[in-house]
Amino acid sequence: MAALTALREAVSEFVHDGATVALEGFTHLIPFAAGHEVIRQRRRGLTLIRMTPDLIYDQMIGMGCASRLIFSWGGNPGVGSLHRFRDAIQNGWPVPLAIEEHSHADMAARYQAGASGLPFAMMRGYVGSDLPKVNPRIKSITCPFTGEELAATPAIHPDVTIIHAQKADRKGNVLVYGIIGVQKEAALAAKRVIATVEEVVDHLDAPPNACVLPSWVVSAVCLVPGGAHPSYAHGYYKRDNAFYKAWDTISRDRDTFQAWMQRHVLDTRDFAEYRATLAAESRQGSYA
Amino acid sequence: MPEAAYTPQEIMTIAAARRLKNGAVCFVGIGLPSAAANLARITHAPDVVLIYESGTIGARPDVLPLSIGDGELAETADTVVSVPEIFRYWLQGGRVDVGFLGAAQIDKFGNINTTVIGGDYNAPKVRLPGAGGAPEIATAAKEVTIIVKQSKRTFVEKLDFVTSSGYTGHGNGTRSGLAAGRGATTVITDLGILQSDPATHELVLAALHPGVSLDDARAASGWKLREAAQLDVTAAPSPAELEALRDLQARTAAAHGGLGTAE
Repeated sequence: MAALTALREAVSEFVHDGATVALEGFTHLIPFAAGHEVIRQRRRGLTLIRMTPDLIYDQMIGMGCASRLIFSWGGNPGVGSLHRFRDAIQNGWPVPLAIEEHSHADMAARYQAGASGLPFAMMRGYVGSDLPKVNPRIKSITCPFTGEELAATPAIHPDVTIIHAQKADRKGNVLVYGIIGVQKEAALAAKRVIATVEEVVDHLDAPPNACVLPSWVVSAVCLVPGGAHPSYAHGYYKRDNAFYKAWDTISRDRDTFQAWMQRHVLDTRDFAEYRATLAAESRQGSYA
Repeated sequence: MPEAAYTPQEIMTIAAARRLKNGAVCFVGIGLPSAAANLARITHAPDVVLIYESGTIGARPDVLPLSIGDGELAETADTVVSVPEIFRYWLQGGRVDVGFLGAAQIDKFGNINTTVIGGDYNAPKVRLPGAGGAPEIATAAKEVTIIVKQSKRTFVEKLDFVTSSGYTGHGNGTRSGLAAGRGATTVITDLGILQSDPATHELVLAALHPGVSLDDARAASGWKLREAAQLDVTAAPSPAELEALRDLQARTAAAHGGLGTAE
């Protein structure tokens, strides 16, 4: 049963050094506040799973939280490279990062297999691709009915999945809407689930087919308004495309990156303080 | 002069848009493919169905999305489904007519690389974003159009890494393992249009954009570029096409804080 708790306590209790952690949200509802709290608590040796590492994993990798990354597309969408991700892979900075690389369709299928209690995912994929040559976890299986050869990959079972959602009610039922990505599968595949939310309400007023994670599959619900910034929360705020662009400059240089993370994440107490430091800079006309 | 009043990128985008038939179901990659697919939708193909991997089906964005999952896509779509569903029921299920993709490198059989350049996989010279949805779009869509600027860096004899396959039979007439799809049948560049030869499956030059010579196209190819029996000249962009594209890009730039089209 989900307890309404502070994000600091939820991360402290459920995200341990060396854990396998998935922070999901496909462009939309990326749990930045939770990622920042993991950085503040200086977690190390994490295996990070995410289809699109995005800026939040660039930050966590650059701050040395991760020793392994499982992913399917690692860029700054519409802008260019993730510089910290590239520096870690190409130069092992600040610590070596092992990678396990898949395709989107496969990652989605692996989460589904995890949520379904199956040992592996199966799909028609990677035909003619070199990815199976560099990732020994991509194997094949022959259909017992047709003889067709299909791709098979192990199910994903995170120790913790963290998502951001629009609403929770006071019992801890969580509502996600808009682009729902792979959050339901990532949550149901995990041993523990932390959900940060824009607001806590008396009633979700969710239609019957809405994407609701019932309270009893969620370990902790944390109220963090704006917790997906600079990604967006449908119905609450838009994607901060200017920040995504500014990140290219902030993250390109190691020292600039570290100074930025120190000032905005390590030296702030929580996400509200982080937002306040950004707002001050935004008023001066620049993030970088 | 009207013939020179457009850029190479504009004719590339417009030539790609023209390939998309009204009513087709198109799985759209971000950047140039998205610009071309939306230009088709607001010009000659109002009933084209645009699918993005974020799960938006039938999206009609007024401005181009910066990322593959912008709110604009969800707000204008017929329906929004989960990421597992978009890949399993809609793509793998065989409901996509054409995939529109970009590439960092392409070879003469339409294989594409978006993973690593130089060095080897474990110690690359340049680490690229990776596969995303492309390996399955490239093989499950009934056909694939690739939009890429042409140069010796992008058109290579041998890929540093095959992320997504084009024609997998490599000229022997078989495509073992491929249940559906003909692979990359069309490549649109800033210099011309390539089509796969039905006999050899090699991409051959089928048209040059106005003012581009065969030597220009050959000089910008890392493999020995062959031309089709009939080499056409692409029709120059019409004033209506140019106006629609420029309006779309101006709206996009205004919406994204001056960022312009995503690439």
